[in-house]
Amino acid sequence: MIKKTGVCGLIFPSVHDEMLHELTEVRALGSIPFGGRYRLVDFPLSNLVHAGITDISVITTKKYMSLARHVGSGKAWDLSRKKQGLSLLPALGATPEQYEGRMVPLYEVMEWLETCDEEYVVMSDCYVVGNINYKALVKKHIDSGAEITIAYKNGKCPDLPDALVLDVNESQKVTCLRVGARPQGEVNYGIGLYVIARETLVGLVKEAYSCGKLSFERDILLPLAEGGNLHAYEVPEFTMIVSNLQTYFDANMAMMDKDIRAKLFPADYPVYTQVHNCAPVVYGLNSDMTGSLAADGAYIDGVVTDSLLFRNVKVETGATVRNCILMEGSVVHKGAVLENVVLDKDVSVSEGRVLRGAPTYPLYVNKGREI
Amino acid sequence: MFRKQECVAMLLAGGQGSRLYALTRQIAKPAVPYGGKYRIIDFPLSNCINSGIETVGVLTQYRPLVLNEYIGSGEPWDLDRMDAGVHVLPPYQAISGAGWYKGTANAIYQNIEFIERYDPEYVLVLSGDHIYKMDYSKMIAQHKERNADCTIAVLEVEMEEAKRFGIMNANEDGSVYEFEEKPANPKSNLASMGIYVFSWQKLRKYLVEDEADETSSNDFGKNIIPNMLNNGERLFTYRFDGYWKDVGTIDSLWEANMDLLDPKVPLFMRDTKWRIYSRTAGLPPHYIGKNAKVQNSMISEGSEIEGNMEFSIAFPGVVVEEGAEIVDAILMPGAHVGKNAKVQYAILAEDVVVEEGAVVGEKPEEMENLDEWGVAVVASGIRIGAGVQVPAKAMIEEDQKGGEQK
Repeated sequence: MIKKTGVCGLIFPSVHDEMLHELTEVRALGSIPFGGRYRLVDFPLSNLVHAGITDISVITTKKYMSLARHVGSGKAWDLSRKKQGLSLLPALGATPEQYEGRMVPLYEVMEWLETCDEEYVVMSDCYVVGNINYKALVKKHIDSGAEITIAYKNGKCPDLPDALVLDVNESQKVTCLRVGARPQGEVNYGIGLYVIARETLVGLVKEAYSCGKLSFERDILLPLAEGGNLHAYEVPEFTMIVSNLQTYFDANMAMMDKDIRAKLFPADYPVYTQVHNCAPVVYGLNSDMTGSLAADGAYIDGVVTDSLLFRNVKVETGATVRNCILMEGSVVHKGAVLENVVLDKDVSVSEGRVLRGAPTYPLYVNKGREI
Repeated sequence: MFRKQECVAMLLAGGQGSRLYALTRQIAKPAVPYGGKYRIIDFPLSNCINSGIETVGVLTQYRPLVLNEYIGSGEPWDLDRMDAGVHVLPPYQAISGAGWYKGTANAIYQNIEFIERYDPEYVLVLSGDHIYKMDYSKMIAQHKERNADCTIAVLEVEMEEAKRFGIMNANEDGSVYEFEEKPANPKSNLASMGIYVFSWQKLRKYLVEDEADETSSNDFGKNIIPNMLNNGERLFTYRFDGYWKDVGTIDSLWEANMDLLDPKVPLFMRDTKWRIYSRTAGLPPHYIGKNAKVQNSMISEGSEIEGNMEFSIAFPGVVVEEGAEIVDAILMPGAHVGKNAKVQYAILAEDVVVEEGAVVGEKPEEMENLDEWGVAVVASGIRIGAGVQVPAKAMIEEDQKGGEQK
């Protein structure tokens, strides 16, 4: 017998695409490569699977190709099932602005929402890197009897246009909610992760949509906050927000910390992703790599320090790579020097070229460029 | 009803691999880890799918647990198919009785029923203990072209090495007139690679006859091939000139791993056109520490290297702590080497722990008597205590308690 959790998952891979416009030019935010071999969508997907949630839909919009290829049938997340499993639902009718508000895409997948037979829905965006216990989140929601539970983190408010800022009392009830205020200092901010009863969500979306109210945050959360029906759930401290190129860079580089690595990728709670069957990394006779991470398929014969190398990267003899992120398939030819640079996939840096960004402003190179 | 398959591959994976000693204590030889993230059986399985062969029977017998679990549905090799795919075939009980696989030919004989479900024209017989990349479809094409009954893949070896192999003596057109198993005075240097293509109806006839012969040892090399030759069947060699290595001994397994670090060896693992697939743990990228030094080595996902590595291979999830030195060594999945420990000219099997300051293996140049030198092996799950010295050629199958030394 299948043990049912009573929960289904809805993933929004394109919310805040525009914040990472460099990286989302060719792909949805959820499909942005991260951590050497992952894509951002792997985090919410793995969190859902670890909570035993196996009925999951990913609501795509434009630029879905890379994402569709990545998730495939869902097999890599053990989501290719007879019953339930992973669906990719296109909400192509939503403009980017409408998608941000979540109401139009939710309305477009109404059929899925109405026919799904789970009691609760976990809704997650993809700009959060973290190993979050969704089981505890759902339990908190059920125990509190709230209409909606908002996952939040304490810290500096991220640079997001509709950032949610909330005050909570001792029992984690939301006492005050603001949208897009972005105050200074330490605050509690929402991370685009919610739990709500499925039928409640269906009702709220239909009602709001019919009145032309298209923002989940403003038109659903704000009124509910006033009625005192929102609860909050604090996520672990090492959860990271990827809201622009700089925070993307920092979140990747945070993986150099052993402690963070252990918390993000514990042995019994792995982050699943598509397997590419690359050979192990080969270090040549001249290689000199320190303080860095490398994914399989790489070949390193140059100097690499404080950098993250994705799959199939090549650093040739005499090349120098410092404080960089090199995505899958990029090649740094002989004698080239890279410092504070992010190379997107399949970039080739010719012999002897020098590319330098600043530590606080990494230089980004588009996918497939030859320099 | 099964769809007809032109060729069915039968992979002999039941051997114990007794010359790998401690490494095959708990697992069959084809399941032995190789090359930083693979197991030996990944090579024939990947060759099959890359050659367009989608039906593979894997004959298991010795310690099949890990192998069975590893093969699973065949998904990593894209061999999970509607009615073809990979099938694990252990010996079984029938009304006529039950028996182990008596020999390589008998193993195929006992699975005639499996093969006939697919009504194949050809059967490809493979073994699970060789490292090589080969396009079987070319070999099958030659088999068809020559209208052969049996085609045997051969490799040119050094003449002085020839006496260690099964040697095919062939005419200029490739037709075989004689087969000699480990000849004292070899006439040719064409060694059999243990890869055969048979026309199925012909092989079926010989398997049935061989089974009826009580004096037979039911072996391809000893019985089936000589019988076919004696009866004047059409046997041809198929020349292969790439990298091929039998990894049946500790030394050859160690060498075959080290070959991967030699840019001159033509077994290019990063070749995306002929990928070797494997079931992987899916771990994050490996980390090389601030004070680490890694040269001429191969390291796979999930490892944490804080010490020095030279001419060595680290499988997934390996830990090398600060000050540790790894030279000419193979660290299989989950091996852990503590601070200031040394592992040299050694193989650490899965989940071995070498505690602080221990030394495993010896460098040949530091040996007084080179005859005593050899690769040291530590069996899976064994703990080498702090400060313990494991000599060259040792085969450690029990925990070694550490001394006071810190």
